[in-house]
Amino acid sequence: MNVTLFFEQLVNGLSLGSLYALIAVGYTVVYGIIQLINFAHGEIFMVGAFGAYTVWMVVGSPTALSWPMALFVLLPAMILGGVVLSVGTALATERFAYRPLRGAPRLAPLISAIGISVFLQEFVRLFYRKLPGAPDSKRAIPFPRIEGITGHSLQVGAVAIKLSSVFTVVALAVCTAFLWYYINKTKTGRAMVATSQDPDTARLMGIDVDAVIMRAFAVGAGLAAVAGVAHGLYIGNIDFKMGFMAGLKAFTAAVLGGIGNINGAVVGGLVLGIVESFAAQLGNSAWKDVWAFVILILVLVFRPQGILGAKVADRA
Amino acid sequence: MSAPVFASGATKPGGERGVLLEARDVTMRFGGLTAVKQVSLQVHDGEIVGLIGPNGAGKTTFFNCLTGLYKPTSGQVTLRGDVLPPKPRDVVKAGVARTFQNIRLFHNMTAMENVMVGTYCRTKANVIDAIFRLPRHRREEKASTARAGELLAFVGLADKANTLSRNLPYGDQRRLEIARALATDPSLLLLDEPTAGMNPNETRDAEDLIFRIRDLGLAILVIEHDMRFIFNLCDRVLCLVQGEVLIDGTGDEVQNDPRVIEAYLGSPQAEAGD
Repeated sequence: MNVTLFFEQLVNGLSLGSLYALIAVGYTVVYGIIQLINFAHGEIFMVGAFGAYTVWMVVGSPTALSWPMALFVLLPAMILGGVVLSVGTALATERFAYRPLRGAPRLAPLISAIGISVFLQEFVRLFYRKLPGAPDSKRAIPFPRIEGITGHSLQVGAVAIKLSSVFTVVALAVCTAFLWYYINKTKTGRAMVATSQDPDTARLMGIDVDAVIMRAFAVGAGLAAVAGVAHGLYIGNIDFKMGFMAGLKAFTAAVLGGIGNINGAVVGGLVLGIVESFAAQLGNSAWKDVWAFVILILVLVFRPQGILGAKVADRA
Repeated sequence: MSAPVFASGATKPGGERGVLLEARDVTMRFGGLTAVKQVSLQVHDGEIVGLIGPNGAGKTTFFNCLTGLYKPTSGQVTLRGDVLPPKPRDVVKAGVARTFQNIRLFHNMTAMENVMVGTYCRTKANVIDAIFRLPRHRREEKASTARAGELLAFVGLADKANTLSRNLPYGDQRRLEIARALATDPSLLLLDEPTAGMNPNETRDAEDLIFRIRDLGLAILVIEHDMRFIFNLCDRVLCLVQGEVLIDGTGDEVQNDPRVIEAYLGSPQAEAGD
């Protein structure tokens, strides 16, 4: 592999990894607080992408905006739409599918999550195209071009870096910084950490644990929606089943980094993305998904606590 | 420290003490097991009340009933005449704070952060304030930090503010738990075996700390097995045996009651009969 190719794959890996990381945070935050693997989280990511697409549709499917308009008005509006729809969906699933099962054996909410996952996929597949002006959601839908990002590249030496890659990595950086601030520097963030360490004691300190759980779902969904938009820009299209594989990969990333550990989710996502890119380059690219899950199994066998260590339930 | 840690003194000026907490006929059943049976108790402002009894007598269960962790099967708990709300977080807001028999700090947070979490039930800033760093958020964070600092100094942990709580020595963890409970600005503090596992020196320090908390105007209800500690400290002692109140009286009364000794050591007749 020559140097140019190496850097190209590194950039690919970082972009893909940033996507995984943004989604993985949602798995890990929710797991950290209620020890639930929210298998519907991949679908929350998909819903975010469709939310963004819907905003574009609602404003009249503009195709020829000037780049400042597209980049500074349309794109933020689309991200906002995606976030609102994702967060709304996540809160609804929390309220109706998980909260009634709090205190039930762990298997019950897990199965509920799988049910929600199938429900959301089918809902989008069957009903989205019934919206006035919506495209056929049974097939992949081309994601809107955002002038200033789509189709442009940055030339660094011999390496061409797609601007959608840059967007994805920047999105991860911004979201992670925001999350770090939120968790470590605000009272609601600290309440979240306290709840993840000991929910009963948190309650006795006056913390509203239900509200903390809802915030965890909301934060995860918000980041997943950003990932949904980034995915649309980077891959170029969206479809109702895009959340399935991305969700599993992000889950792998969360386990790889140490489930329940937010830094771990970011590191795990990036590592997984990079490994996948290089595996595709060195071997057969059709096998890249296989490598992701080989990694999952290896991690579970040899370092079940993940790279940075999992949150360990330490209740006395 | 010159400034008072608590602004409001709870003791009335006339020396007349009002009833702060009243439990009336509290019963807690788990299936067929009655862990607490018709326990009644009054705690007055500024009073230190001890709760003793052999292991399994229902002391901690009774504490859990007072803090909303358990909902009593029957009976009622009131704080200054108002029925305690059912949820633990509302109980905290009403003014009851507690520590645990087995220390339950947030292990991966610093001492300062642990205490700050305690202050949050008295703050009002919401997520929006925090995200946009509105003045209210910044003001409250500053106030929380200052308050947490005061409380750490009060329990003698000022120099350990930035130590992760799991790295603190055992006695310090106990004191940190008390500081965290005080941060919720309670009028009643429940201490579940505050000197368990402490050496005699640490126990004396704990005694001193509890007196200082009382002097701030708080009432204290304390579970303890260390009898010297209890009788030094408490204005009144309640002895629970098998979920029922055996005796409720002054330290002297309880100390000299043969039934209390029997409850702990077994009756001499029964021993002889074996």
